Amino acid sequence: MNVLVAVKRVPITGGRIVLRDDEQAIDTKHLGFTISPHEECAAEEAVRLIEAHGGATTVLTLGPREAEEQLRDALALGIDDAIHLVTDGEEWDPQATASAIVAAIASAREAGTEYDLILFGNESADAGNFQVALRVARALGLPCVTGVKGISLEGDAVRCEQEVASGRDVYRLTLPAVIGVKEGLNLPRYPSVPGRLRAKRKPLAASAPSRPQPRLARLRLKLPPQAGKQVQILGDGPDAAPAVVEILGELGLL
Amino acid sequence: MAAASVLVLVEHAAGEPDELSLQALALARGYAAAVDGTLAAVLIGAAGRDAAAVLAAHGVTSAFVARHDALDDPDGFAPDAWAASLIELIERLAPAAVLAAGSDRGNEILARVGARLDQPMAANCVEAAPAQAGAHLTRIRWGGSLLEEATLDGTPVLLTVAPHAVAAQTLEGTPQTLPEESFTPDLAAEDQRVAVVERVAARTGGVSLSDATVVVSGGRGVGSTEGFAAIEELAALLGGAVGCSRAVTMAGWRPHSDQVGQTGTKIAPELYIPCGISGATQHMAGCKGAKRLLAINPDAEAPILASADYAVIGDLHTVVPAINAAIRKARET
Ligand SMILES: Cc1cc2nc3c(=O)[nH]c(=O)nc-3n(C[C@H](O)[C@H](O)[C@H](O)COP(=O)(O)OP(=O)(O)OC[C@H]3O[C@@H](n4cnc5c(N)ncnc54)[C@H](O)[C@@H]3O)c2cc1C
Ligand SMILES: Nc1ncnc2c1ncn2[C@@H]1O[C@H](COP(=O)(O)O)[C@@H](O)[C@H]1O
Repeated sequence: MNVLVAVKRVPITGGRIVLRDDEQAIDTKHLGFTISPHEECAAEEAVRLIEAHGGATTVLTLGPREAEEQLRDALALGIDDAIHLVTDGEEWDPQATASAIVAAIASAREAGTEYDLILFGNESADAGNFQVALRVARALGLPCVTGVKGISLEGDAVRCEQEVASGRDVYRLTLPAVIGVKEGLNLPRYPSVPGRLRAKRKPLAASAPSRPQPRLARLRLKLPPQAGKQVQILGDGPDAAPAVVEILGELGLL
Repeated sequence: MAAASVLVLVEHAAGEPDELSLQALALARGYAAAVDGTLAAVLIGAAGRDAAAVLAAHGVTSAFVARHDALDDPDGFAPDAWAASLIELIERLAPAAVLAAGSDRGNEILARVGARLDQPMAANCVEAAPAQAGAHLTRIRWGGSLLEEATLDGTPVLLTVAPHAVAAQTLEGTPQTLPEESFTPDLAAEDQRVAVVERVAARTGGVSLSDATVVVSGGRGVGSTEGFAAIEELAALLGGAVGCSRAVTMAGWRPHSDQVGQTGTKIAPELYIPCGISGATQHMAGCKGAKRLLAINPDAEAPILASADYAVIGDLHTVVPAINAAIRKARET
């Protein structure tokens, strides 16, 4: 079977987000980059499925030149091929993102690759639009379930377990299908050194689609108002225990 | 029934509307007022009738209940059937905007509606107002650590309302009786292709992380699986639950079901006690609902302290056992 995984490059923001002066993006001068934990689990799941059932995996991203780093990270994990839809760094809105991914899937089909399973993160780490997977599925006429924390193949179908407040809802989709997954689906492996070396040399399929006019258009970013808390230091080390117990009493927790 | 200008998907369970849907109604009521229009609610499934009764108090002037075999069984969720029902009503009412709660289900259904209509959808808005073509809105990014002002160019305007960003409001005085109409959407076989075929109940027992009044979490500073013993003891003494940071789940010290944060569980305890956690924005995105925060960390400069009400500066391996002993002592006397 063929499995495609879509991932998005995002900054690792640390303890405090700093915005650029133009308020159009996070200031990433001193930051590293990664993908969402949901997408890491999607990549890990793709590799496991192929290890168990045979086939090939592909990772895809729509992002700047530098997003090659995230594609190579996925290759190091054991993904076979990578597709890079190169942008000028400007974020695409979810409709445009979905259209570009659909077009890339159509090109792959023309080149002879049909994906049986297309995996997404449940939501992107930064934008959190909760919709690219569903839009891609709709455009391709494929069934889609999101919020998935359990995947198993059952013949030509895939059993999906979706986390809900009361437990888990189970769906059974006939392949080909689209799934949006959440962290907790699996525990991603740590890439091996040979895996990393192999990933460095792999060719990437790159193309540069042009960005349509956004219909969800950012005006500016802003930081949420701070609670303005003043921390009360209860003490240093174990000697602070009685002060902690006093607070617990005040809060009615004893 | 008169055409409505704003339509809200109201989720319900056991004959009651969901709290997050009532919050969505509060934002929708403001939007309806701004377009000088009325507010309608749509509830999916036969049980929606009971939940509709109280909606007049939230400013709703008409309620529509979608009834169909594929919708009536509360255990048989078919998301495309929900989306198709909404679209049938959208075509009939031609609302300026359609809103839902920014719940898992609300986000999913509005995304499906957006995909089917090929219209934009903005998830997790905290503010929205009509603009020339579409809407001007503010939505959350990074699980709430960042806000984005944006314009949405679509008809109807499709958006979900971020949980706990807007308070639910009830009108003063005695609400009018709510005109309510049941309708049976015309569903295609394809709309019933994706459906829940089985439900697995959550394991019960123990205090659940999302509902706990006290959560004691450990981070990388705990150092090992065994290091959690004192943290578990503190949680047990306070009748609370144990949580952790992603550094801990990645190390395999605790299961992901314990992870607090943007891609873990969102918690809202009376008291949150993060031990050995630095306070990355993605961790903080999961504990914004905590009333009080007591941090235990040797680093007085750790970002977690900026969000803390109380802090103990020190090594959790000596501080937590000392607190446990002090609690026991206080209870003996
Ligand atoms: C898209 C995305 C989503 C994410 N989602 C989540 C999420 O849901 N939840 C989450 O937690 N993280 C999440 N993360 C990861 C997050 O960015 C941080 O990497 C993570 O929270 C760090 O965990 P930590 O605080 O335990 O570790 P660190 O940042 O390494 O901090 C360890 C802390 O322990 C303290 N310490 C060390 N020794 C001791 C000691 N003996 N006693 C007491 N304190 C000690 C140190 O001073 C330090 O403050 C996400 C990241 C990304 C990019
Ligand atoms: N720029 C992108 N490149 C590749 N995949 C993306 C991109 N943006 C979003 N996705 C995928 O779509 C999922 C949902 O994103 P969103 O709808 O933005 O929350 C993400 O977890 C990714 O799997």
